[in-house]
Amino acid sequence: MKKTYILEDLDCAHCAAEIENAVGKLDGVTSSTVTLLTQKLVVEVDDAKVGKITKEIKKVVKKYEPDVEVVEK
Amino acid sequence: MSRKLKKRIKRVGVGASIYLAAVIFSRFAPYFYIGTLQIHTALFVFLAAYIIIGGDVVKNAVRNIGHGQIFDENFLMAIATVGAFFVGEYAEAVAVMLFYQVGECFQSYAVNKSRKSIAELMDIRPDYANVMRNGAVEEVGPEEVAIGEVILIKPGERIPLDGTVVKGNSSLDTMALTGESLPRDVAEGEEVISGCVNLSGVIEVRVSKVFGESTVAKILDLVENASGKKSEAEHFITKFARYYTPVVVGLAALLAVVPPLVAGGGWASWIYRALSFLVISCPCALVISIPLSFFGGLGGASRAGILIKGSNYLEALADAEMIVMDKTGTLTKGVFAVKKIVPSKGVDGGELLETAAYAESFSNHPISRSLVQAYGKAIDETRLKEVEEAAGHGISAVLDGQRILAGNDKLMKSRNVEVGAVEEIGTVVHVARGEEYLGYIVIADEVKDDAKAAVDGFKEAGMKNIVMLTGDRKKTADAIAEELGILEVYAELLPGDKVERVEKLLVAKSEKGRLVFVGDGINDAPVLARADIGIAMGGLGSDAAIEAADVVIMTDEPSKIVKAMQISKKTLSIVKQNIIFAIGIKVLVLLLAAVGIASMWAAVFADVGVAVIAILNAMRAMK
Repeated sequence: MKKTYILEDLDCAHCAAEIENAVGKLDGVTSSTVTLLTQKLVVEVDDAKVGKITKEIKKVVKKYEPDVEVVEK
Repeated sequence: MSRKLKKRIKRVGVGASIYLAAVIFSRFAPYFYIGTLQIHTALFVFLAAYIIIGGDVVKNAVRNIGHGQIFDENFLMAIATVGAFFVGEYAEAVAVMLFYQVGECFQSYAVNKSRKSIAELMDIRPDYANVMRNGAVEEVGPEEVAIGEVILIKPGERIPLDGTVVKGNSSLDTMALTGESLPRDVAEGEEVISGCVNLSGVIEVRVSKVFGESTVAKILDLVENASGKKSEAEHFITKFARYYTPVVVGLAALLAVVPPLVAGGGWASWIYRALSFLVISCPCALVISIPLSFFGGLGGASRAGILIKGSNYLEALADAEMIVMDKTGTLTKGVFAVKKIVPSKGVDGGELLETAAYAESFSNHPISRSLVQAYGKAIDETRLKEVEEAAGHGISAVLDGQRILAGNDKLMKSRNVEVGAVEEIGTVVHVARGEEYLGYIVIADEVKDDAKAAVDGFKEAGMKNIVMLTGDRKKTADAIAEELGILEVYAELLPGDKVERVEKLLVAKSEKGRLVFVGDGINDAPVLARADIGIAMGGLGSDAAIEAADVVIMTDEPSKIVKAMQISKKTLSIVKQNIIFAIGIKVLVLLLAAVGIASMWAAVFADVGVAVIAILNAMRAMK
């Protein structure tokens, strides 16, 4: 299923690319797109893995950009 | 401005004043010695300024190394400035960090500001709906309104949901959806589309779609996802950035070590040059300005009533070389209108039209309606008697006591009216009074007002092929093509033939060129899908068009396609300028730094200065 998150205060293009890559490599994620300009992260996740994906995404984002707040939409 | 940014600016400001104090202090501050090492007292003041200004950069650098990110921009700046301290350039170390921070703040401000102003362009989201429940008006979120409920829209409010007007009339501003500045009038019984702004009167609307299905939600969804479909230029930059930084850092390492070893001596000077390299090694200017340019282009286009579903399509439009258009609904209005009035000798044209309009006034046929519309005056039914319609022939009636006829030549012949041979394109309506032939009126599908301008625009844009496809008769098609200046016409095509024709054209086009197909999106979905870029016209109110196409023109104007191509070309040229400018300046400063001409100052400019200029340039794409 498709899930959308807002990455509040994301303002670094380089980090956006890093986050997109890292989230894409998470278990169960088939596609991941970060758009810096809309501060949006859109992921396609296997239905079976959807339960804990938000937590994992938050962990990834924290690692690259500790100041960015992840809000589920 | 975000809180984070405000805090950062304050901190950098404090650091800057300490830095100034340090510079003044260093003029007359004493030296002291630890062993043989000469140390300037001012070093401590510089260090204090450095920690205040760039402490977070160093902290982030250390943290990110922990995450295995070596070539991150914090790390590079930290190494460059700490290195400058070690080679004794205290003032410069702090200044470079200061300039970097100022540039970063400005960059962050500019990006946020641009993002907001582009987002505002696209902001058509209604915040609330006034729904009438149990005789009272309640303000609720648009998502909470069900189909069949009645909502109240006051002047100045945005229409939150699609529906039909049940009470009141008003004019609507569709600007945000169509780019059209002329207000659209609505009255009871007419449909309204969410996203428009109500201008004059209070209207009550019965909701026909839930919010998620309404026009405004669909458009928003489309626009918000558009920048997610990345262009080739964006992919190129991402790839470029991946290699650029390690390569420059590698060069810096070589520069610091090899020349002193080979030529001997002068370590400090070569290390200083290498540090300048590190400052330039961040690809930020490109990474940020390229997507921003596309975002601006998409925003500008949507402001003009052109919805482009992705940066990739915006980019591809610039390579358009063939434009294939459907006739009906794209180049022509798809409605019938009086084209020509040819009265017989001694008959007045107005009289001819009046007679025809009266004869046809009871019929609902599109041709009849076009006659009444062309006549323009109210029909006085008391003048009319004995209206009879002869299927496939026309109409006979009595007007002001005289028998009148309006129809084809068969009708005229059956009533013994002499008709000459007529060679016209379109439908011909002959008119007679008694046995006197008054003349004929030609009715045809009308070419859109801006169709010619659109075709001229395509020619100017250098389209190799401008093609018209139609299921209509060859004669009509040829005439319209000639009027518009289209040379390639394929007529009398069945829907399947259109796909085949487009496939043949696809084979004929050059490798890099793109084929654009324009249709009304209703019955040409397969062709829209087959073309490189499918453009649908008249998207406002047509879900099918919005779904099927890559680009949706919200109005009925084909000239908007020319506009879309212009926006695409402008965006692409800005993207190219930014790529060439940013890479050019960086390479130039790298060369100058390598031979020792450019200072670390120039390096900081090549980093943040270039980024800021590129961002400002990117903003032009929106206009």
